Amino acid sequence: MDFISILSIFVLACFVGYYVVWSVTPALHTPLMAVTNAISSVIIVGALIASAEAGSDIAKWLGLAGVVLASVNIFGGFAVTERMLAMYKKKEKK
Amino acid sequence: MQGTTSFLRHPGPRAGVPLSFGGALKVAGPRIKPGVTVVLLTAFLASPASASTGEAVNPWVALAYLVAGVFFILALRGLSSPSTSRTGNRFGMAGMLIAVATTLITHDIANIVEIGIAIFVGGAFGLVVARRIAMTAMPELVAAFHSLVGLAAVLVGWAAFLNPSAFGIAVPSEMLKFGAENPLAGKLVQPISLIEMGLGVAIGAITFSGSVIAFAKLSGKMSGSPILLPARHVINLGVLAVILALIAFLYFGVGGVHGDTQLHYFIAITVLAFLIGFLLIIPIGGADMPVVVSMLNSYSGWAAAAMGFTLGNTAMIITGALVGSSGAILSYIMCRAMNRSFLSVIAGGFGAESGASGGGGGEQRPYKTGSAEDAAFMLEQAEKVIVIPGYGMAVAQAQHALREMTDVLEEKGIEVKFAIHPVAGRMPGHMNVLLAEASVDYDKVFELEDINSEFAQCDVAFIIGANDVVNPAAKTDKTSPIYGMPVFDVEKAKQVFFIKRSMGGVGYAGVDNDVFYMNQTVMLLADAKKMVEEIVKALD
Repeated sequence: MDFISILSIFVLACFVGYYVVWSVTPALHTPLMAVTNAISSVIIVGALIASAEAGSDIAKWLGLAGVVLASVNIFGGFAVTERMLAMYKKKEKK
Repeated sequence: MQGTTSFLRHPGPRAGVPLSFGGALKVAGPRIKPGVTVVLLTAFLASPASASTGEAVNPWVALAYLVAGVFFILALRGLSSPSTSRTGNRFGMAGMLIAVATTLITHDIANIVEIGIAIFVGGAFGLVVARRIAMTAMPELVAAFHSLVGLAAVLVGWAAFLNPSAFGIAVPSEMLKFGAENPLAGKLVQPISLIEMGLGVAIGAITFSGSVIAFAKLSGKMSGSPILLPARHVINLGVLAVILALIAFLYFGVGGVHGDTQLHYFIAITVLAFLIGFLLIIPIGGADMPVVVSMLNSYSGWAAAAMGFTLGNTAMIITGALVGSSGAILSYIMCRAMNRSFLSVIAGGFGAESGASGGGGGEQRPYKTGSAEDAAFMLEQAEKVIVIPGYGMAVAQAQHALREMTDVLEEKGIEVKFAIHPVAGRMPGHMNVLLAEASVDYDKVFELEDINSEFAQCDVAFIIGANDVVNPAAKTDKTSPIYGMPVFDVEKAKQVFFIKRSMGGVGYAGVDNDVFYMNQTVMLLADAKKMVEEIVKALD
């Protein structure tokens, strides 16, 4: 993909993000932060590429360290979001 | 790509000469060093991925990343209501799974075992932390997680810099004289990628060091009060300018392409970015941490987006844009809720100067104090009670006791509502999570603008651990540092109970609060949790 197509995706995604985030209810802003945290760890893709390919030993180890950090975030982020969201329940009896 | 030929002016590197390529880009390089000079006439906007590796991007792979990106959008979309939020979270997990699986399948994995171990170690640690963390500690957890994303971005940026061919961002060897024979082949990074990586690493590093400071302040490992260096604005702007200049140097090949010069630039960018992240956050006080945490959230997104540009990966770009705008919007909401401009928050120092002026007014005004029994008696008489929780409730872990009190009151037929200010607590939505943890029905929890008109009809306003968000000075006193901030109209309530540990502290803005001294106010000076428990006992 050339730079302009990538930029187009980026700009459009910013607009999608803008409207989607405004529609998030304020009560869920903390889970929003936790889940955005988890998904921004998609940077693990870059870390995986670095650690998968031969060519530079330093790059490989940097990549592996990146994989560890991003994994903490992915598993931790989604798990903690899940834990929080599970608490937002309506009471049955009323 | 035929027209974009390039050549080495010097007949190639001599044998035995270490790979220090003192070259420069002819296109823009102002200083062309003699020696091994690589002249690239490549269009700067050339595609990073396909051109260098020569292989076409598999449309299915691109599609998979796109699906992952769309799933991330759905994940955020789900958060528009608590009832759809868990489905949304599942979409997020699925998106991540797709992204990771696609990457692993489409690359020759030389060391899958090591990668497996890395994922396992990180994942296990993350899960344990996520399960153990107390809900009250959520702000510092989020800050800590941000720092990890930032550091990961720095690591990925560095890995890409050191091994560009793995990322498909190396200058294609056919553009170099001698093609693949050229020792530079696969080692030179395309200029446009240098910008993206430079920005990614810089933002990542700022996110990392900034989040570490935010974490230290939020968890109380470091004083929450602002630390003000002299001339800090000049220093900060200067360091930022240097970082941007260095990134420009990389792009234009000032001082040579790759080799030691580029390496030094990259090191300098990383170090300076770590420094600026640290400098940016230390002057910001504890009360402004919600803005800071949201801002760092935003930065971690932009860092991911920058790396997404480098890799030409749609999932990363979409995610980066989503997270970036999410954090930016949250910061904006927080700033609006404090009636302060984003710049004034980032400039820092809030609470330091005003603390002195607020405390200086030192005349002692009379106030009433009461006991748990008094409060219980009045609450029983009420028809409608509005509870305003604040950071003090989180500190005292009083949310469960508070819910018990609510239950008892409701059994007696008293209407109880919760009013939450956008900046209550230490991160956006902090109070909502704590109330949800104590299984308070979210239908009873209201935002500022939805409930503020109801104070006139309510019998008791029950303030627990909040302060600045009920301060009428924000409406009346133009000299007050919190003037203009939207606050709850508690003074309209017939009766106000104010739970506070002591009369000493005056909120994080450091401003005295007229509500303490109102006729209808009774101060309940005690630990919030103990006080509420005693009220529950007295109610029975």
